[in-house]
Amino acid sequence: MSFRDDKIQEIKKSLLVSIWFMFLTFPIMVIRVNPIEKAVEWRWENMLVVGIGSFLLSFVWRYMLKKKEAGEKRAEIGESGNTFLIQKILEEPRFCIPLLITLTIIAVAFPFIFSMYQTNIMTTALMYVVLGLGLNIVVGLAGLLDLGYVAFYAVGAYCYALLNHHFGLGFWSVLPIGAVLGFIFGILLGFPVLRLRGDYLAIVTLGFGEIIRLVLENWNEFSFGPSGIANIDRPAFWDFQFSLQNATIYLYFLMIGLTLFTIFVVNRLQNSRIGRAWIALREDETACQAMGIDKTRTKLTAFALGATWAGMVGVIFAAKTTFINPASFTFLESAMILSIVVLGGMGSILGVIIGALILILLPEYLRVFSDYRMLLFGAIMVIMMVFRPQGIITNIRRRYKFNE
Amino acid sequence: MNTILEVKDLTMDFGGLRALDHLDLNVVEGEIAAIIGPNGAGKTTFFNCITGIYNPTEGEVLISPPGKKRKKINGLKPNRVTENGMARTFQNIRLFPDMTVLENVMIGRHCRTSSGIVGAILRGRSTNKEEKEIVDFSYNILKKTSLSHLVNELAKNLPYGAQRRLEIARAMATEPFLLLLDEPAAGMNPQETRELDELITRIRDEESISILMIEHDMKLVMSLSDRIFVMDYGRKIAQGSPYDIINNPVVIKAYLGEDIYA
Repeated sequence: MSFRDDKIQEIKKSLLVSIWFMFLTFPIMVIRVNPIEKAVEWRWENMLVVGIGSFLLSFVWRYMLKKKEAGEKRAEIGESGNTFLIQKILEEPRFCIPLLITLTIIAVAFPFIFSMYQTNIMTTALMYVVLGLGLNIVVGLAGLLDLGYVAFYAVGAYCYALLNHHFGLGFWSVLPIGAVLGFIFGILLGFPVLRLRGDYLAIVTLGFGEIIRLVLENWNEFSFGPSGIANIDRPAFWDFQFSLQNATIYLYFLMIGLTLFTIFVVNRLQNSRIGRAWIALREDETACQAMGIDKTRTKLTAFALGATWAGMVGVIFAAKTTFINPASFTFLESAMILSIVVLGGMGSILGVIIGALILILLPEYLRVFSDYRMLLFGAIMVIMMVFRPQGIITNIRRRYKFNE
Repeated sequence: MNTILEVKDLTMDFGGLRALDHLDLNVVEGEIAAIIGPNGAGKTTFFNCITGIYNPTEGEVLISPPGKKRKKINGLKPNRVTENGMARTFQNIRLFPDMTVLENVMIGRHCRTSSGIVGAILRGRSTNKEEKEIVDFSYNILKKTSLSHLVNELAKNLPYGAQRRLEIARAMATEPFLLLLDEPAAGMNPQETRELDELITRIRDEESISILMIEHDMKLVMSLSDRIFVMDYGRKIAQGSPYDIINNPVVIKAYLGEDIYA
């Protein structure tokens, strides 16, 4: 009998949900005022759709929640219920190698199969992959919530734009300068925030990001203010300038190269002495210091290394768009990069890559749904955070084998 | 016997509250010393003062590591104190929960190794060698603390007793000459306490690490310690062998309760 009672309870709950949603959406979905004919249109059929829809969805919602709780319980007992399908595949070399080969072929063939528009989007997505991996060092590994990451991105972009504008320096000579400048600004931001953690740190970094943007916006003599800098050179191959189409392809492969380089470096860093110190800092600052780790130095290296990637991507951004102005470096951009890291899974390289691809490509391909694009995007993010708060892929620590 | 830790006249004020009041204390090489006292007597504050978490208002903390010169360490940062050879554990366990058992111990090796960013990226021969040394050293310590079957477990998934042992293992990885244990037996069952007793003795005898611990478990304190310091209201009210302490009327009054040993 209790089983049937349960069912009745469930149906009651769902009915309540559907009535609530019908009530909520009543003013926008049902009533339509026609000001020209001065008439009110009642669209009752919409109410029916909302009612039935929310009734059914509430079942799905509860089912998913139950499944998630069951998974959490399993994880508490110690079963590894949290490993994701992709992780299982990657651990098996017989799946992993063909997968990597396929990915390589797709990556190489991409710009020749798809249109320039698609290639451009992919290049942007790859830029966010690198930005995400850079911020991942600061937020995911070292646990320092940085809301002003876009400032370093801006530093890199303006570095190339200004050096190119005033001195005609080329892309390849500015790329390392952008990286170094990012590094220096990382340390500059790092110093004042050494004592802060958590929300206080977040607010100060947020302020830092805004300061950089406001300086760029208002210091006309230096940065040309809100009108920005145009006609920045695209990257050249030694002295050879590409046509627009070839330049796009060139940039795409350049980004592929930088992405691989970033993955390589971050992967090596996270299982090194420094990487472990970052994670220890994230886990427990007091204990970390008591175990002999220099907190100051560890924090500064995290900030500086994270900012280095932003500086480099900034240079590429300026070269890609050939025009920059402060409007490209708002807080929204920082929030986007942070979402990539959180959604993908803090500290996990694969997670950040997937997160960046989803968050950047999804809004592009959702254009089909035009008006509902951002609504869907928001809904997906909310659903992700409810059902998988730890991110798409959880970071797995390295395992060591001892033969004894 | 050489004195390895010398605390002179240590005072710590928090605003108007005097948490430590002109405390004198010393630890000699090779001994297990214990600090006891009622809750709020200032024991953990004392640990925080000598490990650099707090900067004491007055007084001196001097260390003389075996084979090295005497050195004043108050005012140093916690990580510098650890580098100088004093490692501690915490009253409420402070492991790195999302790191594996081995990695927790490897963190302890941080201050004894040196490879930097460039080394980590290039992974040259010296970095690899150092990394291997870190792993081997840490694994060795895990074997000594009988945690070696748990190397790849996350620290947060360990049973309570094992977490306490892991904290000791992590502190040992910094190669200290003096180990400071803050209530190592808190929350342990009798079986785990017996194992801890054995472990602490072994650390002293086999690793020649001296030990200073804060502990409430009187059975453990009496069986382990060579000397006991008793604190109350931030002052040292007595010191001596377990036998002396048990029979000291001041201590009985302040801490053990008059009825128990009467």
